[in-house]
Amino acid sequence: MLELNVSTLVFFIFAVLSIGGALGVVISRNLIHGALFLIVSLFGGAGLFVLLAAPFMAAVQVLVYIGAIAILIIFAVMLTRSMTNIREIFNRQWWISAVAAVILLAVLVVGVVLPIWGPNGTQSEMVLSETTATVQDLGVALVDGNQYVLPFEVASLLLTAAMVGAIVIARDNE
Amino acid sequence: MVPLWMYLVVSAAVFCIGVYGVLARRNAVAILMSVELMLNAVNINLLAFWRYVAPQNMAGQAFAAFVFVVAAAEAAVGLAIVIAVYRNRRSVIVEDVNLLRG
Amino acid sequence: MPQVCDNIISTLAPCLTQSGMNPDVAQFISILLGVVLVASFPLLLVIFLIWVERKIAARVQDRLGPNRVGPFGLFQNIADAVKLIIKEDITPAGADRLIYNLAPIVAMLSVILIWAVVPFTPYNIGADLDIGVLYFVAISSIGTLAIMMAGWSSNNKYALLGAFRVVAQLVSYEVPMVLALLVPVMLASSMSMQDIAFAQLGMWFIVLTPVSAFIFYVSNLAETGRAPFDLIEAESELVAGYNIEYSGMKFGLFMANEFMHAFTANLLFAVLFMGAWAGPGATSLPILGFIYLMIKTAIVYIPSLILRATVPRVRIDQMMAFNWKFLVPVSIVNVIVMAFVLKLVQVLGLAPSPENASDFLANIPQAAALLLGNVVVIAAAMALIRGSVRKERLSEAAKLAQRVQVEGDKEALPATVAQH
Repeated sequence: MLELNVSTLVFFIFAVLSIGGALGVVISRNLIHGALFLIVSLFGGAGLFVLLAAPFMAAVQVLVYIGAIAILIIFAVMLTRSMTNIREIFNRQWWISAVAAVILLAVLVVGVVLPIWGPNGTQSEMVLSETTATVQDLGVALVDGNQYVLPFEVASLLLTAAMVGAIVIARDNE
Repeated sequence: MVPLWMYLVVSAAVFCIGVYGVLARRNAVAILMSVELMLNAVNINLLAFWRYVAPQNMAGQAFAAFVFVVAAAEAAVGLAIVIAVYRNRRSVIVEDVNLLRG
Repeated sequence: MPQVCDNIISTLAPCLTQSGMNPDVAQFISILLGVVLVASFPLLLVIFLIWVERKIAARVQDRLGPNRVGPFGLFQNIADAVKLIIKEDITPAGADRLIYNLAPIVAMLSVILIWAVVPFTPYNIGADLDIGVLYFVAISSIGTLAIMMAGWSSNNKYALLGAFRVVAQLVSYEVPMVLALLVPVMLASSMSMQDIAFAQLGMWFIVLTPVSAFIFYVSNLAETGRAPFDLIEAESELVAGYNIEYSGMKFGLFMANEFMHAFTANLLFAVLFMGAWAGPGATSLPILGFIYLMIKTAIVYIPSLILRATVPRVRIDQMMAFNWKFLVPVSIVNVIVMAFVLKLVQVLGLAPSPENASDFLANIPQAAALLLGNVVVIAAAMALIRGSVRKERLSEAAKLAQRVQVEGDKEALPATVAQH
């Protein structure tokens, strides 16, 4: 069913990066290592976006997540440095959480994904169109009055509010 | 080309790992990182469905872009709160921050 | 075999396939060769760049510079590289080994990957991405990460402090750089580097929008840690900044990376604002385009070297104030004015039609209108700077006058202050 060619191989590499990095984030004791694992995971995600013919999203992923958010997290870890080497990283409900996460995964994969889109699912035959929308289409869609201009403006308002809020919360009371 | 369900499985796995991190970690920064993982899983899902179901329609990519915006805003405000809490209580362990005042 | 050169990647594969090779393997080999070619060129170039830099700095300081190894000291840097390689490689105790060893590689990567989207000739480009400009911005943000990794993993407080300062600098100056990049993207109405190069056949963007060219140049100086923004390794203030613990070739990688980054930034300036390969005969003889690109890069690169040898370093608070209070507002206003004027030009019909877009004369009305917009921005920026400098001077004068009254220190009173 699945022929082994370059794109499949690349998919598996990025999938492993994505999942492995995510595991690293939640189990690493050292928070800086956690942040670097987060970057690995997000980089894997960016690779998947390229495979999905969304290079713009991949570049934004690297720029926003790796270039900004991850750096911000590393800064925050270092500013709260006395807490980086605590012994106990999990709380008392860690095993319940693990069971819950595994059950959720099982429900999602076995209950939803495989029956509908799986190899024998109800909608397994997806015809992949060769042509996809381009970056130009995305640009037009985001500022088109009939499409997403209102969410776009709201998003920019949200960013401004978040910026002002972050500065007000984090600065010293002097 | 890789079938759609594989992308969905990867996305579900990353999402559940993020859920586990949010529920089980004690450090507020680690919890924020797990939330970022969950948002990233959502984006993989959105773009996979966009590519396989409606590649001509921009809805998938536009929503993914808004998820980026939300993630950035969440990280900025969340980390600001973490730093403010650390300054007041000398701790970033969420269980230590259990009072509404003080 | 008469094979048209489309780009680096697709020239070799058809030839190999015709000689009886598996098409997939041929494709792989040709891509691999393209990658190796594009990636090793900057690595070789950097040896020459360091020589140029040392020679120019020496001339500015009335010295001879390297002149012992080879003709004009050309091989000095090869000798230096050999020395760095055979030096003892020290990893400090308590360092995070994996991250410590990974940091120089990531730093190198963040510069070499940029070369993938540089259009060398009209036909040769590593990968003509739709999102070339965004790719450049995204890749350069990885460089910040490398510095953070180096500073943290060294287990040294000076390295960490240096890394903090650098990251603050790099993240801040990314903002005006991206805003300045928006203008060429608007003018070419494309983010692909090759499209931007083709859009400048009629008129270089440095003529159309000198303000964003200036902002891009200045923020590039800061991004690459060049004087007057060389706080990254301010030897006299920090011990050596983020790379204090590094020795041997790992330090060499950081150093080579710095020189390569400076050249790459100027290369991009030449691509985005000076027409990349554009010049007489470039379309018929691609190698000429490459030579033009290198000449243009040298024209902007050498002044930055002279600048480095002549100007003093700014303080970190001055640098931050300059960015957030001057460069960012000016670049935002510049983007708005440019978008407005560009739309006006299109409405009024001054823009060249697609057929004669590469004709110099047809571009003149549009260029004049855009230049006028730029003059307005420059005038506003000058007024802004004049006001703030005046305020600062007055407050300093007041402080000094107060000290004179308290201490009776008449000697400290310069002539300029006495006027107020």
